[in-house]
Amino acid sequence: MAKWSRFNIVSVVLGFGFLYLPIVLLVIFSFNESKLVTVWAGFSTRWYAQLWHNQSLLDAAWVTIRVALLSATCATVLGTLAALALVRYTRFRGRVLFSGMVYAPLVMPEVITGLSLLLLFVAVGLDRGFWTITLAHITFTMCFVAVVVQSRLLSFDQSIEEAALDLGATPVRTFFAITLPVIAPAVFSGWVLAFTLSLDDLVISSFTTGPGATTLPMKIYSQVRLGVTPEINAICTILIGVVALGVLVASIVTKRRELQRERDERAAFAAIG
Amino acid sequence: MARIASAIASRLVIIVPYAWLLFFFLIPFFIVFRISLSQTAIAMPPYTPVFDLAGGLSGILEGMREFSVDNYVWLTEDVLYFNAYVSSLFIAAVSTFLTFLIGYPIAYGMAQAPRSIRPTLLMLVILPFWTSFLIRVYAWIAILKPEGLLNQFLITIGVIDQPLIILNTNWAIYIGIVYSYLPFMVLPIYSALEKMDHTLTEAAQDLGCTPITAFWRVTFPLSLAGVVAGCLLVFIPAVGEFVIPDLLGGSETLMIGKTLWNEFNSNRDWPVSSAVATILLLILVLPIVYFQNVQAKADSEGR
Repeated sequence: MAKWSRFNIVSVVLGFGFLYLPIVLLVIFSFNESKLVTVWAGFSTRWYAQLWHNQSLLDAAWVTIRVALLSATCATVLGTLAALALVRYTRFRGRVLFSGMVYAPLVMPEVITGLSLLLLFVAVGLDRGFWTITLAHITFTMCFVAVVVQSRLLSFDQSIEEAALDLGATPVRTFFAITLPVIAPAVFSGWVLAFTLSLDDLVISSFTTGPGATTLPMKIYSQVRLGVTPEINAICTILIGVVALGVLVASIVTKRRELQRERDERAAFAAIG
Repeated sequence: MARIASAIASRLVIIVPYAWLLFFFLIPFFIVFRISLSQTAIAMPPYTPVFDLAGGLSGILEGMREFSVDNYVWLTEDVLYFNAYVSSLFIAAVSTFLTFLIGYPIAYGMAQAPRSIRPTLLMLVILPFWTSFLIRVYAWIAILKPEGLLNQFLITIGVIDQPLIILNTNWAIYIGIVYSYLPFMVLPIYSALEKMDHTLTEAAQDLGCTPITAFWRVTFPLSLAGVVAGCLLVFIPAVGEFVIPDLLGGSETLMIGKTLWNEFNSNRDWPVSSAVATILLLILVLPIVYFQNVQAKADSEGR
């Protein structure tokens, strides 16, 4: 094992500094007393207090959370199915098209996805609003879930599934008793990813929304266009906090489950031996 | 009975996501294409002919006769659109290259790090990706402004005495894209480098290569798959980027994502925005298909 050279340490530290400094500055200036976001004038939480009186902002936050919860849950089910289809069924008619449709949304510019979904909703005569945003979010986030779950399924030891099948379990039962518990951490992190993607999507939401359904990013965007204010910094800090907390919980849960599984495996081997 | 239920279940595993993606991802593109061939109208929805299947096959044929390529002719006549496409591709290419230059050393440094801290480093690269894109772009406005934090800092340490004008120029867009898409570049390169067999570089050095030649002749070619995946993950979405040019770029910055957005939201011209989207999609089809192949190959190797 080569030692970690100074050049490598410097590039990693600089890289992470670049990634984190802007976010850290944004958080710091949300606690700024002054209305100017670039001049420090003492610590204050007044911008946070002000947020609670901004009813339209709270409404937007509520819409955003509802869309994110609903779309992340549906996207997780669909994305997990898509991952299973990709990994377990190596040949079926139209598989190339299917895998293409799973990967393309990952890189598709959002303006195209947004516009095309809007035109679909208009063509089928769906009223635009909460439900169209949710449908749009399910569609683009399910592909991210699929990729996350797929990578877990690829490293999955299929022999334990085969054992269950040999012992007479139906494939459906095998899935719920064996496969799902093993891939659960990946499914869960897929859900968290879908939730956060939905939470901060601006472009696709703006295209597919209708009257009465304004999400938080749309609200933030319309205020940002008028200039940088500490109030926006405060909302952003709260959002960052929520996401960081979600990721932290997700990684602790994953870690716990892994440890639990290792313990179970050891116990099982001890019982055999 | 149970066997039939299982057979149905295994079919559903494929059919449900397949149908969903067909309906919500593929079919919409055909609708976009169709509307790009229709005329603008002052109505709701603001285009003619309206999508109508009620007339059956003859109705569809009737509608097809009214198709026109006027919107495409319009796009070629106005040099603004052509310039927007070219400058989007140029900006995306430059940003992708810059992201590569910055991302590679980070990925390399991470792959060389002690094994015990690698998961933490990986987590730290992924984390910004989970925080809002909009927020991360917004954070740069306060930094890059003429009276912003970067200029304050540089003036304080005496590097410059006049504030640099960065915000609302193409440089701000480069910085914004590099910053937002950096994790997409670092992650595939890192996973390629991490899988690499270190004895190979040692062998090269034993055979007389300097560390630098060993890097260029052994390590870099082996990480090329990751580099290609990373570049595509940055380049393709960057071409159609809207938020970054809108918030960080100036009024003279032309990017096609912004043009499409304005055409749609300000001019309410749905057929022209559909035509803009169709051409953008045609430009991106090759890189997207290439990306899918890279991705599918990586999956079959993981099997």
